[in-house]
Amino acid sequence: MDFKNAAELLILCEKENCPISEIMKRRECDLAETTNEELSKRMHKALTIMKKASTEPLTNPRRSMGGLLGGEARLVNLHRQEGKSICGNILSQAIAYAMGVLEVNSSMGRIVAAPTAGSSGVVPGVFLALQKEYDISDEKLLTALYNSSAVGYLAMRNATVAGAVGGCQAEVGVASAMAASGAVELMGGKPAQCLDAASTALMNLLGLVCDPVGGLVEYPCQYRNAIGVANALTAAELALSGVKQLIPFDEMLAAMYHVGRRLAPELKETAMGGCAATPAGCAACVGCE
Amino acid sequence: MSFISMFDVLGPNMVGPSSSHTAGACSIALIARKMLGEPVRQVAFTLYGSFAKTYRGHGTDRALLGGIMGFATDDERIPSAYALAEEQGIAYDFSYNHTETEIHPNTVDIQLTGIHGHAFSLRGESVGGGKIRISRINGIAVDFSGDYNTLIVVHKDRIGMAAHITKCLSEGMVNIAFMRLFREAKGDAAYSIVEFDGTLSKDVQQKIKEKKDVDQVMVIRIQEGQ
Repeated sequence: MDFKNAAELLILCEKENCPISEIMKRRECDLAETTNEELSKRMHKALTIMKKASTEPLTNPRRSMGGLLGGEARLVNLHRQEGKSICGNILSQAIAYAMGVLEVNSSMGRIVAAPTAGSSGVVPGVFLALQKEYDISDEKLLTALYNSSAVGYLAMRNATVAGAVGGCQAEVGVASAMAASGAVELMGGKPAQCLDAASTALMNLLGLVCDPVGGLVEYPCQYRNAIGVANALTAAELALSGVKQLIPFDEMLAAMYHVGRRLAPELKETAMGGCAATPAGCAACVGCE
Repeated sequence: MSFISMFDVLGPNMVGPSSSHTAGACSIALIARKMLGEPVRQVAFTLYGSFAKTYRGHGTDRALLGGIMGFATDDERIPSAYALAEEQGIAYDFSYNHTETEIHPNTVDIQLTGIHGHAFSLRGESVGGGKIRISRINGIAVDFSGDYNTLIVVHKDRIGMAAHITKCLSEGMVNIAFMRLFREAKGDAAYSIVEFDGTLSKDVQQKIKEKKDVDQVMVIRIQEGQ
C-alpha cells in the first residue's frame, strides 16, 4: 500500500474506511517490512523524547550554545500558571512546550526532528498541550503522530522540508501543517478535514523566510515554532468547525515549493537577510562564528 | 525514488541543534568507527565549507568526536565528547579548510588509527535532514548512503570479483539493495560496496574473504542501536 499525494491518500482512506493514521501505518508495515508492534515501540520512544524536551525547560532552563536563547519557555509557562494568559490554556501551554523543545535543541539536548531540528517544537507542542487539556492517552496520541507523519512524508516527497531550499515555510510551515492535521484526527475530524487543516496551516505561513541570526538554529527559530503551534491550532479549529478550504493540500504544497524556489538565496538559511541582517541581529552574534 | 519512512519525517532522534551539522556529522563519524572495527586511538578531522565556518555553534566538533567513540545521533553524551575522548586517551586533532570550494559545503575528512594499529581515511558529506553520503575511502572516490546495512570489500581489481561476491551473497540469502564497484585505476585496489537488506552472517563474510586478491571485508550494521 502506498500513496504519492494527498488525493490518493484520501481515496485510500475512503476505500479502506479508516483514518489517515491507519493508512500511514499500513504503508510503513508494507514498505518497510515491519510490524505494528515495532512501529508502536519506535513511536513511543519518539514520544518519550518529545515529552522530556517539552517539559524540562519549564522548570530547568538551559542556555543555548550561541547564547541567544534560554528561559523563554519557563517565562511563558509561569505567565500561564499565574492565570494571566491572554490566549487560553491550550495555546499558552503549546507555545511553552514548543519553545522548550527549541531550547533543548539549541543546547545540545535530545529532540526528535519533526520534520527538522529547527521546527522540532511544533508537533510535540500542539499534541502534548491537547493531551494535557483533554486527558488523552499516549496510545491515542500516537495516532496523531502517525497522521502527522503522512503529511510530512508528502512534503518531503513532493516538495521540500529544507530551509536552505524552501525557507522557513518548508520547515515550520510543514511542521504546522503536520500538527494541524494530527490535531484534527485526534479531536475526531475526518481525513478530508485533516488535509484541509494542513492546507490552511501551510497557506498561512507561505513565504516565511529562513533567516537565522548568526546562522544558528536559535533565533528566530524558537519564536517561529511558537507561531507554528498557534497557526496549527487555528487551522485545526477552522477545519473542525466545518470551514472549507478552497485549495487542496497537494496544490498548496506545490505552491509552497514554488514560492520556496523563488525566494532569494539570502532568505534561505544563509544568514544574509531578514532578521540575520538587521543591526540588532548582527550585533547579537558577535560571539558567534 | 528511495523509500521515505515515517521515522524519516518524525526523526532522526537526535541531540541538537542541527540535523545536518550535528546529527549528520555524528553519523559520518559513527560509520568511520564501525568501519575501523576497533576502538580509536588517534583521529584527525578536517572540516570544509559550512562545517568549517559554523562548527562551534552547531556542536559539529563534539558530534564528530562522539561518533568515533561509537555514539549514535541521540546519545546525550555528545555534549561532553571532549572530556570523554580525553578520558579514553584518544588523541584528536581538528583542522579547518576555508579555501577549498569545489566540494559539498558540509564535508569532513576523517583519518583514523585504531588501538591495534588499523588505519584508514574517509570523506563524508552531510546532505541534509541528517542524511549523509560517504564519498571517499582511502582517497578513492566511492558513494554510499549509510541508509542500509553495508558490505565493503577491498580487493584487487580482477576479473570475476563481482561474480564471487554476489554468489556468496545469494548463497547466504542476502538481498542486494544497491551494489557498486569503485577503483582507482585498472588492476589496482578496488572497493565493492553492497548495500543490503537484513543481516549478513559471519560465514558469508568468511566465504567472501577466502578468495585470492580479497584484502579486507567490512560490514557496517546501520540498524543496530536504534
